[in-house]
Amino acid sequence: MSSAKLVAESGKILDAASKDAPLTVRGLTVSYGNKPAVFSIDASIPVGSMTAIIGPNGAGKSTFLKGALGVVPRLSGEVRIFGKLFEDARDRVAYVPQRASVDWDFPARVIDVVLMGLYGSVGLFRLWRARHREQAMECLERVGMADFAERQIGQLSGGQQQRVFLARALAQNAEFYLLDEPFAGVDAATERAIVSVLKELKTEGRTVVCVHHDLSTVAEYFDRVLLINVRRIAEGPVETTFTAENLQETYGGRLAATHIDELHLA
Amino acid sequence: MSFIDYFISALFLQAGYNSALVAVGAGLLGLSAGSAGAFIFLRKRALVSDAISHATLPGVGLAFIIMVAFGSDGRWLPGLILGSAISSAIGLLMVEWITRKTRLTEDAAIGAVLSVFFGLGIVLLTVIQSMSSGRQAGLENFLLGSTAGMLISEATTIAIAGALAAAFVFLLRRPMTLVAFDPEYAATTGVNVRNIDLAMMGLALIVTVIGLKIVGLILIVALLIIPPVAARFWTNQVGKMIGIAALVGGLSGYIGAVLSAAEASLPTGPIIVLVAFGFFLISALFSPLRGGLASALRHQRFQRRVHRRQGLLSLARREPIYDGLTIRILRRAGMIRADGVATARGRIAAEKAARDEARWAMARRMLPDDSAIERYDGLTPIERMMTPDQIAEIDRMIQSAQNTAGAKA
Repeated sequence: MSSAKLVAESGKILDAASKDAPLTVRGLTVSYGNKPAVFSIDASIPVGSMTAIIGPNGAGKSTFLKGALGVVPRLSGEVRIFGKLFEDARDRVAYVPQRASVDWDFPARVIDVVLMGLYGSVGLFRLWRARHREQAMECLERVGMADFAERQIGQLSGGQQQRVFLARALAQNAEFYLLDEPFAGVDAATERAIVSVLKELKTEGRTVVCVHHDLSTVAEYFDRVLLINVRRIAEGPVETTFTAENLQETYGGRLAATHIDELHLA
Repeated sequence: MSFIDYFISALFLQAGYNSALVAVGAGLLGLSAGSAGAFIFLRKRALVSDAISHATLPGVGLAFIIMVAFGSDGRWLPGLILGSAISSAIGLLMVEWITRKTRLTEDAAIGAVLSVFFGLGIVLLTVIQSMSSGRQAGLENFLLGSTAGMLISEATTIAIAGALAAAFVFLLRRPMTLVAFDPEYAATTGVNVRNIDLAMMGLALIVTVIGLKIVGLILIVALLIIPPVAARFWTNQVGKMIGIAALVGGLSGYIGAVLSAAEASLPTGPIIVLVAFGFFLISALFSPLRGGLASALRHQRFQRRVHRRQGLLSLARREPIYDGLTIRILRRAGMIRADGVATARGRIAAEKAARDEARWAMARRMLPDDSAIERYDGLTPIERMMTPDQIAEIDRMIQSAQNTAGAKA
């Protein structure tokens, strides 16, 4: 009883502090078994920003996203999306999972996957109409995949799969996009297509968060970084936070000093 | 009346009201099994439905014993169905609980629950056999199914429940598709993944318990899984796959029931499953989309296109051809003479192939992000994928590249 009250009160404080922020996280802890994958992470993502979540393998980058969205259960911590509980702000959020997380031999065409992004707005019982298909086609157009609409998804390359996933998220017409490793194992054409779509989203005033692993493109693609290695190391604008010192702390000995030199950091 | 005559009259519902009703009931059972099974197959949980079906047996036995204790004859089907539903629901929840709360994987949990429940059920059946009212109970028919002596009320119950289950699948098709394809994404869009999974398994449970009488608990999993597996060969769309699975399941149930009605010594469940397997075999071999024959033919055609292209490019570069298959293909097409020298036709084709290669190479450099480049399979002529204007532009670029190369030389 008393602990429930405590959570409710701390929630109120969090609400007041984060009225408009797309994502506010306090003390987020998620564990698999009895080992925390992320431990007590605080973060606050401002509106219209493009944030890269950076950290070594196994640092809990994906788990942080999943914990924030309630895809995996939280051990402790509070999350607010636009100042609300996720359940109450769901339709303002679109999530792009890692493409390796699904079986691409599933019986679906490209257009069918994009239409999944419209399930929420179409409802359980109504049938697809021409305008839904048009909407889905527009989203495919934006990621350069309109010519592939009728293809079986199993015939796509990795980069094309990633763009289909992005198109599905675009169909949700959300204000806040969370992407899990969108650039992992994709070709250069796909990387360019995705970056340009993400920058468009930012121009439209939407907020983007990506789990990212390529340090050499961080400064070019993003304006903020969240460095984590189970715990939060640093968070802030790229210019002040994406520093050699912070990277060394995030990656420990796993990042060679020469590699950091090559990044030409401030 | 011979077996064949009876089979044909039964197939067209002419063999009496009773067997017609049994056939329709089995058909509707197959329909619901095929459509519900489609999602279980896509969610890769076929084994869970096996645990569900084996977990029905203690419920059947206990329900019988309880009904006898209250003075009825114990064979009342709705009572037995209720008992089996309760015990298989307990089995299902145990599998779910073990997987969630311990570090055991689902297959281990299934193995444990399936065998323990089935063992308990067999013990109860043995006990019932020794009861005075149990000798004629015929509960062992629930293992492999039997339509002999089935009551009209029983067939009606099965038919109605089967139709309801199929309707339920239709209503839940969108969230179940989403959960089967991408559960994490589904969770973020507000779908309660756990409830959908339970609903999916609940459907398997309904199909199992209403199928006990006709197919039997050991083989019901086949009626859930074979139809969607057969359907998968025919289509790449979920919606169509469910429809085809429902059709295959329905036809299997119907034809199987008719067959076993025509020859009473044939057990119904195994016959239905064998009919379903027949549909599977036809699908696996002859489906034009994913069937084995069509795939083999497509692969052979593709191999021939590759060899033809390679051969023509070798001709264009005036290289000798050593590969036997390449030589045979070019010879048959009249591209080369027996001594390997290109014919006039071969020279034209070779030139065209070389030009096409050069154009594609330039196109790749000029338009790296164009979708035509992404869709190029390495063999299709460029005219079929790009506009004449684009090709003219590509030719201009090739020309100017050659000019600069010539100037340098």
